Amino acid sequence: MCSARTDESDSSDAGEGMDVAATASADERARAQGRVRWELLLGLIRKDLKIKYQGSALGFVWSLVNPLVLLAVYTFVFQIVLRAGIPKFGFFLLSALLPWTFLSGSVTFATDAVVGNAGLVRKVPFPLSVLPMTAVGFNLTHFGLQMLVLLTVMLVTGFTSFLGVQILLAIPAIAVAIILTVGLSYLVGALNVRYRDTKHLVEIVLMAGFWACPIVYSVSQISDKGPFVRWPWLVDAYYLNPMAGVSVSMQRALYGAGHTYGSPPTPVLPDPGYLFYVEKLALGAIPSLLILALGLYVYNRMSADFAEEL
Amino acid sequence: MSDYAIRATDVSKVFVNHVERATSFKERVIRRRALTHDFYALRDISLEIERGSTVGLIGANGAGKSTLLKVLAGILRPSEGTLETRGRIASLLELGAGFNGELTGRENVYLNASLLGMSRRETDRVFDSIVDFAELEEFIDNPVKHYSSGMYVRLGFAVAVHVDPDVLLVDEVLAVGDEHFARKCLDKIAEFQDDGRTILFVSHGLDLVERICSRGVVLDHGRVVFDGDPYFATGELRKILGTDVPVEIEDEETDEGISLGPITFADASGRSESVFHAGDPMTIRVQAIIGSKWRNAIERVRAVVMGVGDVPIWEMIAKKPDLPSDKSDWMLTFTVPSCPPIGGRFILGVTLMTAGDRPIAAIRSRHALEVKADPAGGILRVEYHVSSESNISAPPITAAATTYGEHAPAASRVGR
Repeated sequence: MCSARTDESDSSDAGEGMDVAATASADERARAQGRVRWELLLGLIRKDLKIKYQGSALGFVWSLVNPLVLLAVYTFVFQIVLRAGIPKFGFFLLSALLPWTFLSGSVTFATDAVVGNAGLVRKVPFPLSVLPMTAVGFNLTHFGLQMLVLLTVMLVTGFTSFLGVQILLAIPAIAVAIILTVGLSYLVGALNVRYRDTKHLVEIVLMAGFWACPIVYSVSQISDKGPFVRWPWLVDAYYLNPMAGVSVSMQRALYGAGHTYGSPPTPVLPDPGYLFYVEKLALGAIPSLLILALGLYVYNRMSADFAEEL
Repeated sequence: MSDYAIRATDVSKVFVNHVERATSFKERVIRRRALTHDFYALRDISLEIERGSTVGLIGANGAGKSTLLKVLAGILRPSEGTLETRGRIASLLELGAGFNGELTGRENVYLNASLLGMSRRETDRVFDSIVDFAELEEFIDNPVKHYSSGMYVRLGFAVAVHVDPDVLLVDEVLAVGDEHFARKCLDKIAEFQDDGRTILFVSHGLDLVERICSRGVVLDHGRVVFDGDPYFATGELRKILGTDVPVEIEDEETDEGISLGPITFADASGRSESVFHAGDPMTIRVQAIIGSKWRNAIERVRAVVMGVGDVPIWEMIAKKPDLPSDKSDWMLTFTVPSCPPIGGRFILGVTLMTAGDRPIAAIRSRHALEVKADPAGGILRVEYHVSSESNISAPPITAAATTYGEHAPAASRVGR
């Protein structure tokens, strides 16, 4: 990922007349130094996890607090105050909220990934492209654990509609979410080095993004309303936001299509099948891949000067 | 093509002054054009560091040494020119760079080694050796934020030398540890030299550069101004720093001060020479211009041949009767009929003194004087005797042995 900082074209003459025993592999070892390795990534993620939970007796439990509070607040507002009427609202909400928190957490964390590691960047030569990945990996760990908790609770409370083929839909959904998240993380991580107000911009965009996704509301609640009826192409435009497709797909995978609300009963999810969701994910994958390409391009261009800019 | 570890070709590094540059999107929108002025931290540096050499990078503060080291380490991108490196590079640019205060010593060792390109398995293998070298057995599981600066350096150095680097870049960190650790570092460096690894280090300790480097590179205002013999390199730097003439006197009022030098070495035929063999005749000439104010004031001229660390080897004194006291331009000649059997590289310091041995002007030779003798291990040949005993209950030393005063070790062999 990172452009190699060492000369590799000379590896051919590495064998002649060397008196260092280990020389034969010198170029190989140099390459290992310039490459992002799993061990390095995992080591940095472990460091962040350890620092985050150091001295807190509850440790990881803290990372469950955030979605739990959101769950309580939104359930109160939407079920009790606004009477939105989506049954099992908690499970509906968390199905799409967890991938969203993964994205927003990663991107927020990645904004600071380079600037926050200034000490390393300025003093130690290492593959810089590992830094935004660390932010993503850190949040992916949480996402995984939160999913485990959610699925366990669903099982324990007898909400077993996710058991079956539909759960497979989560795989492409999470894949699209990861592609987008990685792309955005590289982008904001690099931009924040030069433009320190990137984080304010990120906050605003994430907030708008949250409401642009069907997380606390269902797509069917808006698709029959004014503008969407008048301009049907708006629906496609809506799904150009990759997280919109990810959200409905996760709801289809975990929450299931069998629920209805209101009278006459309207299905909560827009489609009972799978093709609809795969299509929306495919549509969202296009901008996700473009953002990934842009993020990597910008990061690789700017990273050569990080040490200088910090 | 020669066998290089690092090759820099016409490398320049320009720093753009950031003061005027937009540091946020907001500013970027408001002020589209930013004023910049460039600062060349490095200019047209061409260096080829051979594999296995130990190179000292010296220069005044701000000469660009650390910038060059960072460019070579791959942390900073050269603005112009190309850079090629071979093999694994370990750099120690700052004490404990890359250490995280919250993590324990153990965790930091693994993380740091990983940053430097080591796998976990490789680190497992050398971990004990790292801890042992850093002498931190007791504290390795404590968070490093509680470490002293000495412990920081020790751990940092220990990791850097254990990642099995082909090239070691060190920036003035050896100065921090205590003498015990400094010696250990030097031993490790010697071991690296024996292994044929490449070492490049920045130091203000010119003695150290003279002692351990095979080559000295002097930077001044971002340019290489000297590249070669470390003795000459340190001399060149002293010239830049103005410390080669520590007490030269310029009398501003009358413009009649003293100026000293150059110092030249010549062989029997009067030819300028810098290498002598033991037993060769040697002529040392010192030129001086004495302002009228100082005429007749100079009582003695002291010339000292000095070794590493300015240790005086021998002294030569010219007294007033030998001096052309009433003249303004002097040429003093010290003739050594037979060069002593002391091998090594030396420089000459010359001091002019007035009554009461007050020094008023001094100079150091800009070129080293090399004497080739053939002592096996050491600079000096000393006469000695060897004896041995098999009956240990007998008094330890009975036979005559050369001793170093009263604290001589109680061994039967003293000296070499």
